[in-house]
Amino acid sequence: MSVDTATVKKVASLARIAIDDAAAERLVPELNNILGWIEQLGEVDTQGVEPMTAVIPNTLRLREDVVTDGGIRDAVLANAPAAEHGFFTVPKVIE
Amino acid sequence: MSALTDLGIREIRDGVRAGTFSAREVAEAFNAAVAAAKPLNAFLVETPDHALAAADAADGARAAGEALGPLAGVPIGMKDLFCTKGVTSTAASHILEGFTPPYESTVSQKLWDAGAGMLGKLNMDQFAMGSSNETSAFGNVISPWRRSDGGNAALAPGGSSGGSSAAVAARIAPGATGTDTGGSIRQPAAFTGISGIKPTYGRCSRWGVIAFASSLDQAGPMARDVRDCAIMLETMAGFDAKDATSLDLPVPQWESMLDAGLKGKRVGVPKEYRVDGMPAEIEALWQQGIAWMKDAGAEVVEVSLPHTKYALPAYYIIAPAEASSNLARYDGVRYGQRDLPDGANLQQMYAATRAAGFGDEVKRRILIGTYVLSAGFYDAYYTQAQKVRTLIARDFAAVWEKCDVLLTPTAPSAAFALGEKQADPLAMYLNDVFTVPASLAGLPAMSVPGGLDAAGLPLGLQIIGKPLDEQGVLNAALAIEERAGFAARPEAWW
Repeated sequence: MSVDTATVKKVASLARIAIDDAAAERLVPELNNILGWIEQLGEVDTQGVEPMTAVIPNTLRLREDVVTDGGIRDAVLANAPAAEHGFFTVPKVIE
Repeated sequence: MSALTDLGIREIRDGVRAGTFSAREVAEAFNAAVAAAKPLNAFLVETPDHALAAADAADGARAAGEALGPLAGVPIGMKDLFCTKGVTSTAASHILEGFTPPYESTVSQKLWDAGAGMLGKLNMDQFAMGSSNETSAFGNVISPWRRSDGGNAALAPGGSSGGSSAAVAARIAPGATGTDTGGSIRQPAAFTGISGIKPTYGRCSRWGVIAFASSLDQAGPMARDVRDCAIMLETMAGFDAKDATSLDLPVPQWESMLDAGLKGKRVGVPKEYRVDGMPAEIEALWQQGIAWMKDAGAEVVEVSLPHTKYALPAYYIIAPAEASSNLARYDGVRYGQRDLPDGANLQQMYAATRAAGFGDEVKRRILIGTYVLSAGFYDAYYTQAQKVRTLIARDFAAVWEKCDVLLTPTAPSAAFALGEKQADPLAMYLNDVFTVPASLAGLPAMSVPGGLDAAGLPLGLQIIGKPLDEQGVLNAALAIEERAGFAARPEAWW
């Protein structure tokens, strides 16, 4: 499988990374080089093999359903690029 | 007396306990060494006051006759992937520039609780994506090593823990934390003539460690020798309820159980690790390592890991896929940098923020990851890679029937020059060929210096062990260390 400029732009849009035409064109051969190389995985016979989910056997733990955190609004907002009245602020999303 | 900065972790710990020198003297010596080593660009932030405060606490406790922590008076470097309370933590990316965590990672907290102090935050490949430290947004780390040809070519300290490896090799920190996703502790350790161990996946908590690929990321120590790594790992490891994949197991006393005698042990040599184009010096070092293992009393057996050649391509699907998901959090809303062009809406703000904040290699991996996870391609790429990962883990499980540890080279070459491989992402990826398989299987693995190449640069040998058998790994590495007698160190030019 290989990508073209339109696919690169589509993927970049899915990933929410702005790219211009020149960058998209530059990325096409770069990504195709990498994708062409990883495609060798297709030659491995994986019939009946379960995909890996955990490398080291472990059990999923449950804990008491109690509040363990909270009441730290100022700490949560401390690194916000923009915060007002105790909230994160973003550009207007409703016209 | 030799300089305090020549001392390793054990020597500092024991010297402070015995009162041979004060912890404050040690901290001051290392703080001065850090301040004088700016040309290496190993540190992104220097925290001399943190190191001094920990030192004074150690000296005070000793004066008061109180028990000292296992790392009391030992100053260390902290990779910038670990969140440190009140000290900027950026993963060497512009997108996190200025980010000051209001919390402390579990691993760093354990180190401070043990009495260690922080010299500063160490430079690294951006989001731990790289093998040369050239993807840092804040400039390359320069290896303290130089080739013996008289040329002054700036060499790569390895990556992604390149600030850590450079700092320990240059004697401006006696030890440092690293993280390893596909070789990021072991390859830089090999490039700089130091030791580093990636423990079994789940030994060290990932809580507060900025995530790259969560099913692979593991923290570990980088230090001058095997014993120092054992000491540091004992403090870093341990169960943490805040990490869902943390192993709820006691931490072994690795240091006191160190034993370089390998009588009755079987060391496997995987034939698939003999790759095309591997320099003769790497092959010679590997043969030397085999001879050392035999000399230590081990039986050496050839073994086969048939899916080895598929480990790297599987890794370069799985790691970018997980990264594309993990790095979705950097959206310019809650922390880090925001880029808000005039009149931009929310979606445009996200895209502009991420375009401006992420470096080229990070973007490349996010795009690969997004592509392999996208509708129509998921099964062909991601599911297939996870199946191959199962086969790679099965290969290892089968060889543990025949041997106790594996011996391989750590990297296919000595350190390369900065800029040499930057133009070709794929050539850079191939550097991880020997380290990635153990990462995919979650196994403990360590690099230990074996010797120098013809240009006078360090070469490392890797020991891979069974799940949870860090002791077997450390012991085999110690057997190599004792026989290699590696005493070379870079001459200070900085």
